[in-house]
Amino acid sequence: MKYVLFICTPVGGEELSPEEIAKDPRFTSYIDEMRGSGVVKGGARLRPSTDATTVRVQGDEVLLSDGPFVESKEYVAGFDIIEVADLDEALGIASRHPAALGGGSVEVRPVWE
Amino acid sequence: MEAAVAAAFREEWGQVVATLIRVTGDWDLAEECAQDAFAQALDRWRRDGVPRRPGAWLTTTARNRALDVLRREAVGAQKLREAAVLARDEGPYDPDDEDDSGVRDDRLRLIFTCCHPALPIEARVALTLRTLAGLTTPEIARAFLVPEATMAQRLVRAKRKIRNAGIPYRVPPAHLLPERTTGVLGVVYLLFNEGYAATSGADLVRTNLCAEAIRLARVLARLMPDEPEVLGLLALLVLHDARRDTRVDAAGELVTLEDQDRTAWDRAAIDEGAALLETALRRGRVGPYQIQAAIAACHTTAATAEETDWADIAALYGELARFVPSAVVRLNRAVAVGMSEGEEAGLALVEELEQEGDLSGYHLLPATRADLLRRMGRAHEAAEGYARALELVENDAERRFLEKRLAECRSA
Repeated sequence: MKYVLFICTPVGGEELSPEEIAKDPRFTSYIDEMRGSGVVKGGARLRPSTDATTVRVQGDEVLLSDGPFVESKEYVAGFDIIEVADLDEALGIASRHPAALGGGSVEVRPVWE
Repeated sequence: MEAAVAAAFREEWGQVVATLIRVTGDWDLAEECAQDAFAQALDRWRRDGVPRRPGAWLTTTARNRALDVLRREAVGAQKLREAAVLARDEGPYDPDDEDDSGVRDDRLRLIFTCCHPALPIEARVALTLRTLAGLTTPEIARAFLVPEATMAQRLVRAKRKIRNAGIPYRVPPAHLLPERTTGVLGVVYLLFNEGYAATSGADLVRTNLCAEAIRLARVLARLMPDEPEVLGLLALLVLHDARRDTRVDAAGELVTLEDQDRTAWDRAAIDEGAALLETALRRGRVGPYQIQAAIAACHTTAATAEETDWADIAALYGELARFVPSAVVRLNRAVAVGMSEGEEAGLALVEELEQEGDLSGYHLLPATRADLLRRMGRAHEAAEGYARALELVENDAERRFLEKRLAECRSA
């Protein structure tokens, strides 16, 4: 089954660039493990939510707003698409994610196939 | 014959559904076909007599029915393949085949899936009662005091999540097993408590939950005989249940442990609970359910309230607090300390809890303070505590009990 892991981190927390993540020992062992198992089918590290622009359309008017679609204490900092046998495997991977260990959270959503 | 089928239903329902879910992968179809098999049993057993292994007969009948349904629906190649797999999965019913170990595993698979932590707790409880215990949706709805439509919806959502989120139908692997077993035991314990909290005759559906919880705990104890906490939970439930009828008097009023008629306690159940606990403790891996069972055993094996070994109970609560760091456990310890070392010592522990504030909305905190003060003869202060507890209490029987105590203290 395919799942998307939404990696959520607290607003105001540290912002690591992809280069910094690649060198951070907290991340490297996780990344190596994921690469080794071949379960990751895609994903991305996203720029901070302050760089987001949200589009809404009302009638024929396009409304732009600065920031993410919901203001909350956490925001989506990245996502991974994984393919594993079942939810238990997906939860196992999510619970080892460095963001989950570092005060953030990971939402595990099955892909609608 | 109705009695034979009813008995088979209680014994075999969970097993039949569990096996059918494994072979069809379809929860609704499994329930439907199990229901069908029991309806057929009523006819066929009347004519041919009760088969030697009713469970195997029912499973085979339900499986054949599922195969029919899938064949009829098999329009696409995928469905046909499913039907073929189902047909191949197990051979025809052989009355001499005594090996039912696979069937046993199915029930464990079912309970671990029903109690998966990715499901909301109410759904875990409802699903366990429906699929494993065979209660109907209206029965479960009545037991949890929610409209039938709400309960039906809850069950539909849970089954949908199992399918869509890919919750596996299996006994968890070793690295997840301890944590998941704790989760399963938690569901059974919750089920029991729902029933135990019910006190009046009108709550009969709810008191049945106690019997269902004990039945499930027995199944678990048979399936996981090496897990001391499973035995510990069964011992705890059996010991609590032994006192059930004496907790309320004829008028429906609450009777405290101290004033309960000990001659009316169920001796056979108390002996069984004590024996189960002993077996569990011999495994040498103590846990919270075994400790709670030990506390229950301290109460049920004391011939009179005065002979209760409160020092032992206080020590056991201290031990329990190491496993379950909860303020409620510490409040219980305060009661035991108050009884063994004197009210002053108990009161000091209650005051600690009051300062921490975690239990500020819990009626038993002021009620405990009030009870200690009452025993010390400080009726005026005790009355204040009972009045405060009355502001917080929700259960009617408990309210009437607190009102009675309050009146006693005011007139003292």
